[in-house]
Amino acid sequence: MAHATAADHLQTSTGLDNRKLLMWLFLASDCLFFGSFIAAYLLYRGRSVVGPYPADLFDIPFTSVSAFILLMSSVTMVLALAAIQRGNVRNMRIWLFTTAILGTLFIAGQVFEFTEFNHEGLSLSTNLFGTTFFVLTGFHGAHVTVGVLILLSLFVVSMRGGIQQKDSLAIELAGLYWHFVDIVWIVIFTLVYLIQP
Amino acid sequence: MASVAVPKRSPLSEALKGVRLSAADYGSIWSWIATVDHKRIGILYGVSAFVFFMLGGVEALLLRVQLAQPDSGFLDPDAYNRLFTMHGTTMIFLVVMPMSSAFFNLLVPLMIGARDVAFPRLNAFSFWLFLAGAIFLNASFFTGDILNGNLGAPDAGWFGYAPLNLREFTPGHGLDFWMLGLQMFGIASLAGGFNFIVTILNMRAPGMTLFRMPVFVWMTLITSFLIIFAMPIIAVALFELTFDRLFDANFFNAEAGGNPLLWQHMFWLFGHPEVYILILPAFGIISAILPTFSRKPLFGYAFVVFSGIAIGFMSWGVWVHHMLTTGLGTVANSAFGVTTILIAVPTGVKIFNWMATLWGGSIRFRPPLMFAVGTVAMFTLGGLSGVLHSMVPSDFQQQDSYFVVAHLHYVLFGGAIFGLFGGIYYWFPKFTGRLLNEKLGHINFWLMFIGFNLTFMPMHVSGLLGMPRRIYTYNGEMGWNLWNQMSTVGAFLIALSVLVFLFNFFRSLRHGEESGPDPWDARTLEWSIPSPPPEYNFKEIPTVSSRDAFWHQKYREDETGKIVPVLAGGAVDDEAPEDEAEGEHGHGIHLPSPSYMPLIAASGFPVIATGLIYDYALVPVGFALILIGFFGWVLEPATEEE
Amino acid sequence: MTLAEYRKKRGEPLIREDADGAHDDKHPSALKYVQIGLILAIITAAEVGLYYVDMNFTLLVVLLIALSVVKFSMVVLWFMHLKFDASLFSVLFTGGLALTVVVFTVAIAALGGSLT
Repeated sequence: MAHATAADHLQTSTGLDNRKLLMWLFLASDCLFFGSFIAAYLLYRGRSVVGPYPADLFDIPFTSVSAFILLMSSVTMVLALAAIQRGNVRNMRIWLFTTAILGTLFIAGQVFEFTEFNHEGLSLSTNLFGTTFFVLTGFHGAHVTVGVLILLSLFVVSMRGGIQQKDSLAIELAGLYWHFVDIVWIVIFTLVYLIQP
Repeated sequence: MASVAVPKRSPLSEALKGVRLSAADYGSIWSWIATVDHKRIGILYGVSAFVFFMLGGVEALLLRVQLAQPDSGFLDPDAYNRLFTMHGTTMIFLVVMPMSSAFFNLLVPLMIGARDVAFPRLNAFSFWLFLAGAIFLNASFFTGDILNGNLGAPDAGWFGYAPLNLREFTPGHGLDFWMLGLQMFGIASLAGGFNFIVTILNMRAPGMTLFRMPVFVWMTLITSFLIIFAMPIIAVALFELTFDRLFDANFFNAEAGGNPLLWQHMFWLFGHPEVYILILPAFGIISAILPTFSRKPLFGYAFVVFSGIAIGFMSWGVWVHHMLTTGLGTVANSAFGVTTILIAVPTGVKIFNWMATLWGGSIRFRPPLMFAVGTVAMFTLGGLSGVLHSMVPSDFQQQDSYFVVAHLHYVLFGGAIFGLFGGIYYWFPKFTGRLLNEKLGHINFWLMFIGFNLTFMPMHVSGLLGMPRRIYTYNGEMGWNLWNQMSTVGAFLIALSVLVFLFNFFRSLRHGEESGPDPWDARTLEWSIPSPPPEYNFKEIPTVSSRDAFWHQKYREDETGKIVPVLAGGAVDDEAPEDEAEGEHGHGIHLPSPSYMPLIAASGFPVIATGLIYDYALVPVGFALILIGFFGWVLEPATEEE
Repeated sequence: MTLAEYRKKRGEPLIREDADGAHDDKHPSALKYVQIGLILAIITAAEVGLYYVDMNFTLLVVLLIALSVVKFSMVVLWFMHLKFDASLFSVLFTGGLALTVVVFTVAIAALGGSLT
């Protein structure tokens, strides 16, 4: 395509990139996915017939810290994007890696929390709280894990020189996914942990 | 993920490139397995859906034989339950939806003037995952003791109501196969939904504004939006059921305080948009057929499009009408009764537009038109009996009776299946280069039309006489005998019509009259290219300046307003480019390369599902396959440099 | 004719005004992102603080939800760039979000649940 310019190549009817449009459609659809789990949690809140109940188990300071970690990982993620958009590959790698570390910390916190709750007698089948809590936060954790995998893959590719300023879209898309996982946690943190009738 | 260029290529990736390029050689079986061509994927969808159509049809025939006479012992109650569950699930998820997907795939890129969909490999992934889910679901038949005549399929109905779907009431693995198979199928539909929205929004030919798009493309767009918003809800419901059945969770366990009605809400929150996911593609098909065979533009294009959009929105506000008898209270019942009456309005608008399209046209009663007119008529009857259900007291009488069975078949068979058959007759020449036999087509239509009405019209009566649905037999004193006998005879007439179709199909593939590019004197862009279309679809991407773009290339109005053919310049793009690799302006048309990665990624899902049911050791194997597939997918180049 | 040629011929802009890439200069600076991160941290601290304050439960619910909506919107508007990006993305995302909120509010209400 010798005579075709970059702008010719990127032409779409809406002027928007296919992959970015796909990502936003996916996120819009994922709203319904998490909405369904959150709805089940809210519907069954306070309806467990046996304990342990949320008030017996929730460790708000601990969860606040992990919520804070995930929130900060959004900041580092957007800094990685800002770096690559300015062509700073080195800083992008640093922020990308930091984000992956923070995400891993969040997952570690969740594993710790699940284990603790389990020791105190809450399992998937104990009561409605156990069922709805583990499945909702577990699916969120799965999303974070996929996010960490994506970040680490991008990091490896960038170490091999595969991500330059012109490829910033890859980082942007990973970022969109990552921030979405973060805002889901913002909702879960408030509705599940902080609001307890 | 965006594809990321890895600069240096290892020997492994060179070898993989060789494997992919060898699949590009059109013709061998591998070229189908690795295909990312939307036309081939469409054919794969269509053929698979038709195979499942016959399977679901045989299941229906067995049910009808059992019900042909009272106190029949042809099927035992257990087998009857499994067969009606599989019949409903198959017809909805494995027939109407994938058959619609077949048309999306075959037609959307051609109608908007594109060379492929936005994400060809994602498209292949959708198909393989659909097929994996479909085969997985049907494998459930073998989980019972089939050699001794015991089937192992799911037996909780296509809606799988809680608590019937729990392990306590449905032991065995049938329902596990059902929930995991549907889960795979849902993911496949989601991927397809995303793909077609991006394709339609972003890949239109120059000048193809949204309001110049054929109505079929609009209906695909609306259906795709319904899919991406409705499928996550059923995915969650199925996940919840999976946790309840396999890991003793309590989502639907009343003993632990769970509410089985949550399942119904989630199922119908998905299920009602699903009804429109099933019917809107057929609406799109007949909106292409009716104008062509009445030689008039579609009457009220904007009304048809906007009523489609209105249906899309309103379909989210009517789900409770499936649950009016569950005791939700008068406020909920009245509110949803009213919304249900309202949704009949945009549907009625469409019906009047189709009739007005025929009005005053020079109508040619060819087989596609017969099926399209059949769709309008039968769907209208089904819609009217549907409106009856919105009257709450009347619904209390009809709930779970054969009246509902009659209604839903008028909508889904009389509406969707008739429309899809019309589509097959209409576009068969485009993709094979040959016409289906006209006479056999008329026989096919009349047999199906008579058989259909003979099957389902009496069900209105047996329902009003009080015959409940889903019962495996009945007492001869109830007064239902005659109506059931009629239904059974009708069902076999439908089966006969399908055999006629199959004969016609295979005969015409070989001996059908050659169609040329534009046998119907049609209006949309897909008819402007040769039949079957070349791999790259359009030698030159067309420029569009009006609705019914191809029609306006062929005809213009003279001074008196009469339609006259354009003598020159409107010629069909019939010759292939001089050199296959040489396209517009002398540089090659770069088509996406074939890929095995979508198949590898899709194959991980049934492995995980089998692992969840039988042996957890398989679960990581399945995840590994998915990871290999996706990583290979991202790292291989989408278009191979040769 | 390709889309690019078509647009050139008609004198239409090749890249939409609001599309990404047309406004690289409009991207917020790294400093701005850090400032927003700081605000988000402060709001989170306020949320946790509120949890320990003894107050009317309904008021607490309203306050906590309001704060989380602020956090949610800040991440979406700034970090996910919806404030600067093409309006179609905002339409799609708010559409999915609004649909979620509406249908599940109705479904939960129909099943007799409530937020407080």
